[in-house]
Amino acid sequence: MTQYSLNINGDYFTVDCQNEAPLLWVLRDQLQLTGTRFGCGTGLCGACTVLLNGAPVYSCDTPMWSVGDKVIQTIENQMNPTLRKVKACVSSNQAGQCGFCLSGIMMRATAMIDSGVELTRESVAENLDGNLCRCGAHNRIIDAVLQAGS
Amino acid sequence: MSIPDSLIKAPNVSDWLDFARNDYVGIKTGKVEFGQGILTALRQIVADELNLPLENCHPVPASTTFSPNEGFTAGSLSVQESGSALRLASATARVHAGSHSYWSVATTSGWDIPIDLDVFVKRAEDYLLVGHNAHRIDLDQKIQGKPSYIHDVRVDGLLYARVLRPPTVESRLVDLNENEVTLAPEIVKIIVDGSFVAVIAQDEFSAQQVVTKLAEVSVWSTAGRGFSDENLADFLATAPAESHVLHEQGVIDPGALSFKASYSRPYISHASIGTVTAIAQWDDDRLQVWSQTQGVYPLRSDMARAFRIDVDRIMVTHVEGAGCYGHNGADDVAFDAALVARHVPGRRVLVSWSREDELSWAPFGPAMSVDLAATVNDAGQITHWSHTVRGNGHSSRPSTLSSPSLLAYSHLSNGAPIPPAGDPPIQRGGGTGRNSVPLYDFENSLITAERLLDMPIRTSAMRALGAHINVFAIESFLDELALGLGEDPIEFRLRHLSDPRGRDVIMKVAEISGWGKKLPDGCGQGIGFARYKNKSAWCAVVAQVEVETRVKVAHLWIAVDVGLVINPDGVINQIEGGALQSMSWTTKEQVRISQGRVTSNNWEDYPILKFSEVPIVQTEIISRPEMPALGAGEAAIGPTGAAIANAVARAIDVRVRNMPLTRENIIAAMES
Repeated sequence: MTQYSLNINGDYFTVDCQNEAPLLWVLRDQLQLTGTRFGCGTGLCGACTVLLNGAPVYSCDTPMWSVGDKVIQTIENQMNPTLRKVKACVSSNQAGQCGFCLSGIMMRATAMIDSGVELTRESVAENLDGNLCRCGAHNRIIDAVLQAGS
Repeated sequence: MSIPDSLIKAPNVSDWLDFARNDYVGIKTGKVEFGQGILTALRQIVADELNLPLENCHPVPASTTFSPNEGFTAGSLSVQESGSALRLASATARVHAGSHSYWSVATTSGWDIPIDLDVFVKRAEDYLLVGHNAHRIDLDQKIQGKPSYIHDVRVDGLLYARVLRPPTVESRLVDLNENEVTLAPEIVKIIVDGSFVAVIAQDEFSAQQVVTKLAEVSVWSTAGRGFSDENLADFLATAPAESHVLHEQGVIDPGALSFKASYSRPYISHASIGTVTAIAQWDDDRLQVWSQTQGVYPLRSDMARAFRIDVDRIMVTHVEGAGCYGHNGADDVAFDAALVARHVPGRRVLVSWSREDELSWAPFGPAMSVDLAATVNDAGQITHWSHTVRGNGHSSRPSTLSSPSLLAYSHLSNGAPIPPAGDPPIQRGGGTGRNSVPLYDFENSLITAERLLDMPIRTSAMRALGAHINVFAIESFLDELALGLGEDPIEFRLRHLSDPRGRDVIMKVAEISGWGKKLPDGCGQGIGFARYKNKSAWCAVVAQVEVETRVKVAHLWIAVDVGLVINPDGVINQIEGGALQSMSWTTKEQVRISQGRVTSNNWEDYPILKFSEVPIVQTEIISRPEMPALGAGEAAIGPTGAAIANAVARAIDVRVRNMPLTRENIIAAMES
């Protein structure tokens, strides 16, 4: 067991956990930040995507020892204006069905918008290939991201 | 009008509506939400009929303690069944209340009054909420990342468990060797019963770690038939079956028909993004279960059978899970949780499946084959048509088989194997034979469904059931015949179809897709059409594809008629979602099984549609407010698969009859 101090969504938390414990389970089980989803545990579906220093990572595949003092952002973050806009556009487009994939998708989209790359239907879709959606809400999600980035 | 089934079992207003406190109406539907937006649509119906704002009306999650028993939330029937019942209950309440408020009636005479089946319900033109877009009740909470799913329930003292499944569908535990595993203080208990093994821990990660270690040290028998998917065609052709003639008209000798073709699809997986999860707690001899099940009552019945206790001792309450597209592992994991929780009385235990188990152990959509034959007369009219569909059954849902169909029951020392899957009754659209009877006007036809009695791997209901391949086959074969005659596939269909609403969706989709326009080489448009179950929504789809090294679907145009539309945005979301899911199944998906082991147990070996592969989708609803409301969730599945196959045939002149339409299957079709 190791003690970690974490900066998550602008707040500081202290947790005791194994070095190898994935960030995902620390968020969900120890800190009760359950908005980050478990989908596969192997970094293939993107449901668990969070931002570390603004960059998207698979939290299921991110061991605690690798987090260090990086700033963590999860879907619960109220302070990030881009994320707020993404959420508002996903809502106004009703861009979801079961919604389980949305946390990870919105985190990745936030990073993409903040990176300043050109947003087109194709670039957004390719960027989101690291995230899976099974209900078929893809087009609405792409529209929402384009809208949030405009 | 016949009495909705739902009302026979729950005949009073109070069975459906709860006016317990001022300005609040509890909507007690027996149907459950799993991302399809049903609670939002039911709320529109109730609020409109009660003349109340949406904000006053609150659907209550289904529970065996107070909800009407509406069986399963399945078959695109929720708007028809629960919607009809709630509309009548609400109209009865409105008329009964008269000039009084609903809540004053609740405190004076109460709402235990029978629902009037002949009550005056609002006319379509008087609707204020129905027919207009409504925001989903549940979506914003999910978007904000607030606790929304059963996975997110956190209560004091909650324990977590994971299950160690056998390495193959038939192997049995010989020796667990748990002494070889060092247990951290977070581990509460290891449970072994026959071949059922579970680990209870203070947290989910610790439980998973021990399960992974136990998988390495445990010893399992390898006996059994060792089924592999490379033998699938042979299995489908030769397995013993129960044969049902679903439709026979005129005189027909299938052997004497001039044109023949065979089609197939492999096993397919639900592949939800979230893994199934449940919570259970035992207190003395009472069991409480929180589950993402599609049917709280049938799950309760099957658990009562498995535990050999009275149903009254079990309470099942619905809590949302990730997307549900049929009978997945939701009921199985509820039973897992109940089995595990029995060992820690008074404690709540949450059980989640791993991704590998989700893709290996949830029931699969059955592999199927269809043999078609037809004769066309000199006038180019199909005169004889024969259709034989084979495959395992489409329902091993809880409490529908001769013994419990909950996965772990087949692993317990005092359990029993899960019997071969059955099929839903034909009145509910059948299973294997769903949509096998063509809607077209053929003078002579013989339609046979053969449900296999040997089930090497568990199958059950997956969105649209047999309609996926039956429509794929019918619509592919029609194109083969039309193109053989040198006729336009849409004209050919219209010449054989008198059903007016069917003709309308086909003509509409031809119009919006620019059907018949000149396309570049390697591109093609194709059409698919069906009326779901021959008695629900009409749907026609045109796909436009480009084929180079693989199939790229560039565009889907969809025309749909669901009668009265409750929530137009909800219908479009369901139709487009169904189309994209069908596209994924049809072009990419197949479960791989090697010697009894499912090897397609991760997202690399079971790839599904990616964002960059998604076509532009354009949907047009043909609104018919005067007609009954029909479900939308499954209508696009069959037509989309067929439209893509027909577009591929137009693009490269190769008819691919075996799904999925992968590079390998296209090459195989070229070479055959």
